Amino acid sequence: MAQPNDRFYTKTHEWVQVTGAEAAVGITQYAQEQLGDVVFVELPAPGRKVEKASPLGNIESVKAVSEVFAPVSGEVVAANGELEGHPELINQDPYGKGWLVRLKVAPGAADGLMVAAAYEKFLAEEGAH
Amino acid sequence: MHRYQAGEDDRRRMLEAIGCASVNDLFVSIPAEVRCGALDLPAGRSEEEVRREFWAYAVANSAPECFASFLGAGVYRHVTPAVADSLLQRGEFFTAYTPYQPEVSQGTLQAIFEFQTFVCQLTELDAANASLYDGATAVVEAVLMASRVHPKRRRVVVAGALHPDWRAVLATYCEPMGVAITDAGWGRDGRVDPAALARALGDDVCAVVVQSPNFLGVAEDLPALGAAISACGALGVHAVAEATALGVLAPGGRFGFDVVCGEMQAFGIPAAFGGPLLGFFAARQAHLRQMPGRLVGETADAGGRRGYVLTLSTREQHIRRAKATSNICTNHGLLALAATIVLSLLGRKGVREVALASHAKAEYLKSGIRGQGSGARARLAFPESPTYDEFLVLHDEPDALLAKLKKEGILGGVSTAGFGAPWPRGFLVAATERNTREECDRLLDALRRLA
Amino acid sequence: MSDSTRSLREREGLIFERSSRGRVGYQLPALEVPAADPAATLPKELLRGEVDGLPEVSEVDVVRHFTRLSKWNYSVDEGLYPLGSCTMKYNPRINEEVVRLAGIAHLHPLQAEDQVQGALAVMWELERALIAVTGMARVTLQPAAGAHGELAGMLMIRKALLDRGEKRRTVLIPDSAHGTNPASAVFAGFETVEIASTPEGTLDLATMARHLDGGDVAALMVTVPNTLGVFEPEIVKAAAMLHEKGAFLYMDGANLNAFVGVALPGKMGADALHINLHKTFSTPHGGGGPGAGPVAVSEALVPYLPVPTVEQANGRYTLSSDRPKTIGKVRGFYGNFAMLVRALAYIRSLGRDGLKSMAEGAVLNANYIRARLESEFHLQYTGPSLHEVVFDDSLQVAAGVRNVDIAKRLLDYGFHPPTMSFPLIVHGALMIEPTESEGIDELDAFVDAMKAIAREAREEPDLVKGAPYTTPVQRLDEVRAARQPVLRWRRTGD
Repeated sequence: MAQPNDRFYTKTHEWVQVTGAEAAVGITQYAQEQLGDVVFVELPAPGRKVEKASPLGNIESVKAVSEVFAPVSGEVVAANGELEGHPELINQDPYGKGWLVRLKVAPGAADGLMVAAAYEKFLAEEGAH
Repeated sequence: MHRYQAGEDDRRRMLEAIGCASVNDLFVSIPAEVRCGALDLPAGRSEEEVRREFWAYAVANSAPECFASFLGAGVYRHVTPAVADSLLQRGEFFTAYTPYQPEVSQGTLQAIFEFQTFVCQLTELDAANASLYDGATAVVEAVLMASRVHPKRRRVVVAGALHPDWRAVLATYCEPMGVAITDAGWGRDGRVDPAALARALGDDVCAVVVQSPNFLGVAEDLPALGAAISACGALGVHAVAEATALGVLAPGGRFGFDVVCGEMQAFGIPAAFGGPLLGFFAARQAHLRQMPGRLVGETADAGGRRGYVLTLSTREQHIRRAKATSNICTNHGLLALAATIVLSLLGRKGVREVALASHAKAEYLKSGIRGQGSGARARLAFPESPTYDEFLVLHDEPDALLAKLKKEGILGGVSTAGFGAPWPRGFLVAATERNTREECDRLLDALRRLA
Repeated sequence: MSDSTRSLREREGLIFERSSRGRVGYQLPALEVPAADPAATLPKELLRGEVDGLPEVSEVDVVRHFTRLSKWNYSVDEGLYPLGSCTMKYNPRINEEVVRLAGIAHLHPLQAEDQVQGALAVMWELERALIAVTGMARVTLQPAAGAHGELAGMLMIRKALLDRGEKRRTVLIPDSAHGTNPASAVFAGFETVEIASTPEGTLDLATMARHLDGGDVAALMVTVPNTLGVFEPEIVKAAAMLHEKGAFLYMDGANLNAFVGVALPGKMGADALHINLHKTFSTPHGGGGPGAGPVAVSEALVPYLPVPTVEQANGRYTLSSDRPKTIGKVRGFYGNFAMLVRALAYIRSLGRDGLKSMAEGAVLNANYIRARLESEFHLQYTGPSLHEVVFDDSLQVAAGVRNVDIAKRLLDYGFHPPTMSFPLIVHGALMIEPTESEGIDELDAFVDAMKAIAREAREEPDLVKGAPYTTPVQRLDEVRAARQPVLRWRRTGD
């Protein structure tokens, strides 16, 4: 599947979409497929500062827990409250309604991350389908 | 070949199919340096010989059934309906595994769901697990949960008289986890001393543990304690050692406690020299994802039929590993089933009647002991304090007195001498619906003569 | 399952749903003493009335209810339970008889010592028997389960290190280990470091050596044979390396059934080893316990054993707490005594030769299954199997059939599935441990079922993916149970 071009990607399968001083973060289609049906999401509260590549939260399926890593450094502005009652949004719409958090970020925060084509190549090399 | 194993011909045919000359060939991967010769054990025995060996062990014990027994102190003897053990002996229950394959484990899963429901009803809390090992480890799990809920608070307060074994186990577990324990002792009435508790509380306290009825038999002022604990921001843990007390005494769930946990042995679990017993654990909904132990949840199958499965397993060790809410795996499932059966038989009326009868027997004994006058050598430790079915009798030489009582066919109670300081010297007397009036009168009479 | 069972299932609900006002399932003995009015004897703010929601059912209701529930369970009594690392062997009935003897069943733990000499003798004898089986110095009978034993063992190791004035924080655990290992280590106050297994699925000594050089390793926790059913070929060397650097070897004894009477953990260099009595020593699994997890220790750890221990002098047994460096207590009272009785009865029934033939039978049965299924299912690690063999679903996954599907389809064939998705180093694992209880006929029936499913996976994958069809319930929605947890019954309107 072609990854959306309007955002950046990490090797740990998160995406980040920067708009001005804010960035939205979520997990990719591949990640949600690997996880299976999401049953619970643990996200940080607004105000929490996160470092790039450090744990941001957890996503749980029935049989597994996956850590989500912050693709960029920043401060949490909002966590997606919809996910508490509807964790399946992550499976259904990982790039849209399944967003996890919005962060306040510094300029150039996403520098060095993969664009869509690079992430697709990375997935192919990993042996993903 | 042994009667629990396959036979000679089975082995021969299997070896042939594998292409091995002898079973020894299958152990080549085990190096010589770790091998052993014949085990230093006797040869295998017939059932008859095993029976004889265990009869000898049994007769070398004093079976409480042969005495007027007033033993408590964490293990209580209540009426156990005959049908309970006959149901538990069904192989479909006791030789089944943990219900990881729910489609062929609905019996076990539904029974656990019923157990969880009974525990919620008794404790007036939202969620209960499928069992823990015993009351001591249940209290530990509550405190460790509190330390996860409040990670910056590193102290637990034990308020009042907690069972000494439970206190000891708490110390064993808290030390490596970096949780300090403060004891707020009891006052002259055998209840938590409110001033001592106030001094002990602080904003570094993650949990406060109150056993009620406590180890001295006294019922604590749970409403007042619940309020003080909530005000401090700690998790309130109501620890229960005599579960039938919940038939007449309200649980901590009603008074703002976050956890009601402890020992469910009193509902039909044999004393069995102290194990296996039955730990139970119930907590508020808010703590659900931090709860230890297995949880059974309701769901539906592909055909829309109601069914039950183990759920919220991501809390547990087989998935969460180093970050699990507990390391517990095998718990005490068959005993949870036993309690479920007994609670079903007793039901709404029976749970109350057992509690009222046990309380009445203890009150009868207490008034008999009071009647022996304040000069008696055996006297109530807390004559004005409310108790359920157990109370402390003060005496200078409890072991000697209990030995004399035993000679008269009475197991008069549990001596506190062995527990050391700070326990007052004497013996704990527990009475239940199983003690007859005649037994009670014999105890009172013997105390009059022998104390 | 027959149609008549299905119709019972349609009708049998929860015990609370059977409730009918006025039904009663008990009768207490006559009170005989004056009734006590709690309003007079207890503070009114502490009182409660009848517990809301408890059912009112007759004894007949209870028998019907639980008998019907029991019929929905598969059990060892019914057939093979090839769960790897669980050792689902036959649960002998003589054990059930002796544990119910008057003088054993209802003994109170706080009776005076002279009243419980028989019970202490049982504990003494079991400890001696487990010493003989393991070749180690002493055994604590306190822990209630394997994980509980792991915690006790790691606490002893921690205490031994503190006693030396050392504060090592790290415990090494192979990636093939059971989840209780890291969980127990953490609850004992350690941090865990996972070490990757070798391509053969065994312990990587070179990696272990590098960590040991750091000076912070307290112990290695290892299962022998490992969770692939393969003996750790360098276990003695690993133990020596650990001891040389002042670290300890914790051995998870879940797989002990593979070598009782053949090898001794004591000779492997184990410092602490938990023994699952509900695995190797036949005590019943009970649908989730109770079990027991005694821990055998080397001389180095004897000072730290939990108290009390059972000691013997002049023909008398005592419970002794005279152990100044003890880790203390890990549970109330002394141990899961009723399970200890069962285990001792089993050891007596088998004896020295029966225990050895137990291990031989376990290993033979597993190798028979391996030989007969190797052509159909993929074996990632091909070293010699002892008592269990770990296949995986990689030959079936091409058709979209995974280990879960194979497991569910096995239910239709009348077998409990093997352990799934463990160890973590085998993707799509199917861990098969038949135990020594099974004869060739039961094993052949299982093999035939597995072969049939392999054929179905090739020719009718959708059939396998939709299984099970003949069990009391079909595949259950575990996602719903986790998303919307309903953990108790409530009366409608509550």
